[in-house]
Amino acid sequence: MLALENLMAARYQMALSLGFHIVLSCFGVAFPAMIFVVHRRGLRDDDRTALDLAHKWAKAAAVLFAVGAVSGTILSFEMGLLWPELMSTFGDVLGLPFALEGIAFFVEAIFIGIYLYGWNRLPPKVHLWTLIPIIASGVFGTFCVLAVNAWMNAPAGFELGPPAADGSLVVTDVDPLGAIFNGALWQQFTHMLVACYMVAGFLTAAVYAVGMLRGRRDHHHRLGFTVPFAFAAVGALIQPVIGHVAGMRLASDQPSKLAAMELSAHPEARAPLWLGGVLVDDEVRFGIPIPWLGSLISRSGIDRTVPGLSEFPVEDRPPANVVHFAFQTMIAAGIAMVLISVWFGWRWWRARRDPASDPFRGRWILRATVAAGVLSVVALEAGWTTTEVGRQPWIVFGVMRVEDAVTQAGNIWISLVAIVVVYSAMTVAAAAVLRGMARRWRESGDVDLPTPYEIPERR
Amino acid sequence: MTLVDVIAAMLFVGVLCYALFGGADFGSGIWDLLALDRPEAPALRHQIDRSIGPVWEANHVWLIYVLVFLWTGFPEGFGAIVTTLYVPWLFVGLGIVLRGAGFAFRKFAASWRSARLYGVVFATSSLITPFFLGMIAGAIASGRVPADGSGSLVTSWTGPTSWVGGVLAVLTCTFLAGAFLAADADRAGDDHLAAWVGRRTLVVGAVTGVVAVAAIVPIELDSETLADRLQGRGAAALVASALSGAASLWLLRAQRWVWARVTAALAVAAIVVGWGVAQYPDLLTDSLTLEEAAGARATQIGLVVTFAFAAVTAVPAMLWLFVLVNRRDWAVGEEPGDVS
Repeated sequence: MLALENLMAARYQMALSLGFHIVLSCFGVAFPAMIFVVHRRGLRDDDRTALDLAHKWAKAAAVLFAVGAVSGTILSFEMGLLWPELMSTFGDVLGLPFALEGIAFFVEAIFIGIYLYGWNRLPPKVHLWTLIPIIASGVFGTFCVLAVNAWMNAPAGFELGPPAADGSLVVTDVDPLGAIFNGALWQQFTHMLVACYMVAGFLTAAVYAVGMLRGRRDHHHRLGFTVPFAFAAVGALIQPVIGHVAGMRLASDQPSKLAAMELSAHPEARAPLWLGGVLVDDEVRFGIPIPWLGSLISRSGIDRTVPGLSEFPVEDRPPANVVHFAFQTMIAAGIAMVLISVWFGWRWWRARRDPASDPFRGRWILRATVAAGVLSVVALEAGWTTTEVGRQPWIVFGVMRVEDAVTQAGNIWISLVAIVVVYSAMTVAAAAVLRGMARRWRESGDVDLPTPYEIPERR
Repeated sequence: MTLVDVIAAMLFVGVLCYALFGGADFGSGIWDLLALDRPEAPALRHQIDRSIGPVWEANHVWLIYVLVFLWTGFPEGFGAIVTTLYVPWLFVGLGIVLRGAGFAFRKFAASWRSARLYGVVFATSSLITPFFLGMIAGAIASGRVPADGSGSLVTSWTGPTSWVGGVLAVLTCTFLAGAFLAADADRAGDDHLAAWVGRRTLVVGAVTGVVAVAAIVPIELDSETLADRLQGRGAAALVASALSGAASLWLLRAQRWVWARVTAALAVAAIVVGWGVAQYPDLLTDSLTLEEAAGARATQIGLVVTFAFAAVTAVPAMLWLFVLVNRRDWAVGEEPGDVS
């Protein structure tokens, strides 16, 4: 019983810290590219507004990157603190991408320091180009982290020897490159990288959409909307293709995950696609079936079989309802983002042909963009829920179960509570600080925000 | 020298760099705390922002470097360390979160009151985090972490050597940061602040020296293995530390800030090297050797390649960063003089 409580507390703590960090990591990965475009435009066109916008984004990024860096550090702690058996058994299998990610993190942190403090200190061209290593290391860091996660879904690069006397796994023939370049790597990496650009892009555009809804429709807001939106919209349009390719892999690599996503109780050819619905006693209730579409989408052929949960022992099945709900939430949010992207893209294209038309006119496109900002985070979290819960009960699919990896240290709920409290406070404070920055920028018109250290006179 | 020794040396480079760069970072937060509401406090806080603002994130990546090299190179030892020392690691983790967030939030706080709130969070967590890191080091060094990770969740890290480690970590961080901040303030042209910090650093340095010498007693009582090795092959490093420390006190008194910074760093580095030498060939004193803890050979070769990769990417970048922050126009003021 104690062990079970520990496992749940550890899983919630991991889910919470990951779910928090992943939003910030999107900014760390994708925001620098958006800053680069705006900064470059400012230098090229001698556009004061664009330069100021890039400078403000750099300052906001300093806050977001700091929270991202510390919440990322916590995750590296938790890999060991919560899942010591995973690390002590497979540390030398999955460790190398983490070590490479550490190097990427170094380069990123160094150039962030140089870029943030380089304003008006470095030659303008050199300063602009210090963003490039940040962008590159963001992509490489994503590659490394996703290599580990993909490995957990499609383990490779090792053999299992006869188990030790205490029943624990014995790993032999470790091939770290085989572990990195596992079967799920490229699909998961590209899927997440594009997601980073969508989240950072739509959320940033949403901030300026709110500003325009409040009547601030100047060049500053239009630029702050358009550049991130363009990144996100391109991402939204290619993401369904990448996601589909990633899903194709599941039938062979992780059939139990696919069965849960499709809410499929029994293996079935010409399987329907269930919209909504819950699985109760192997029966789908309250769902809308679309005939044949399940087989067609997940297996590329109506006569192909979608795996069913009944193929797996009860103790090896993921919680299908959670996975199915999360999966369809992601899909629905993704479709909505495609539609919003196309809508604004059409308005923008029309405005280019006809200068009299304004792509920002009206309120609905702005409201839709705010919705896209929210939906991007919903899709991100739902997607992660799908892949992580869908892998259950395994931490390394088919090899090691979560209950065999979890720490033997007791009272994990204490650290869970501590993380909940600290992360909630940090979220509130970060929001307050960012809003305060925006308010001071509006009031002063000056990019600089001096820190008020001077102690006020006591009255 | 075996491949395992090479990996251990690469891991130890990380420990050493974290003690120096991370240490100066933590120590700056401790100075922030010590300044309270004194007249010098606002100038000191601006100086701290300028001194560690551009470098703090990079400095803390050393901890991540240490963790990933530890779990990749020595997976079994890592599992034992994080299981037995769960509690102090949790404090370290929370301290790092609060510290980084508090520091970044304070920089852009809108009012004195909110700046003070974030400042208190930043400063107290800067004190707590190195203390628990020192306790972790003490627990490992004194042989209280069994190889199977079954050590007590409490008494494993509350032994005499852990207290020595915690107190020494806080003192060395404060000493290092004082030497760095004095030199930075001097370079920025604030002689008064440099002298103010310098005088207090002198006191901190003297206390650190006394505590380091007195630490022999509890270590002797607590761990025979560690005490023997410190007095044997670790002795040279400890003597070097004492000499560098004494030199830095003299240089601080003479207000030779740049050289005081160098000798202070040498003094701290020598203590850490002394511990590292005394730890060898164990990863966990008395219970697990580096050789026993080592993971797969193919992965260790991968780590060497990773290290070489870092040497041609991260290291030059880091040198450039340090050159930049030591330039005079980076030392002064808040993004001065618009160039465009």
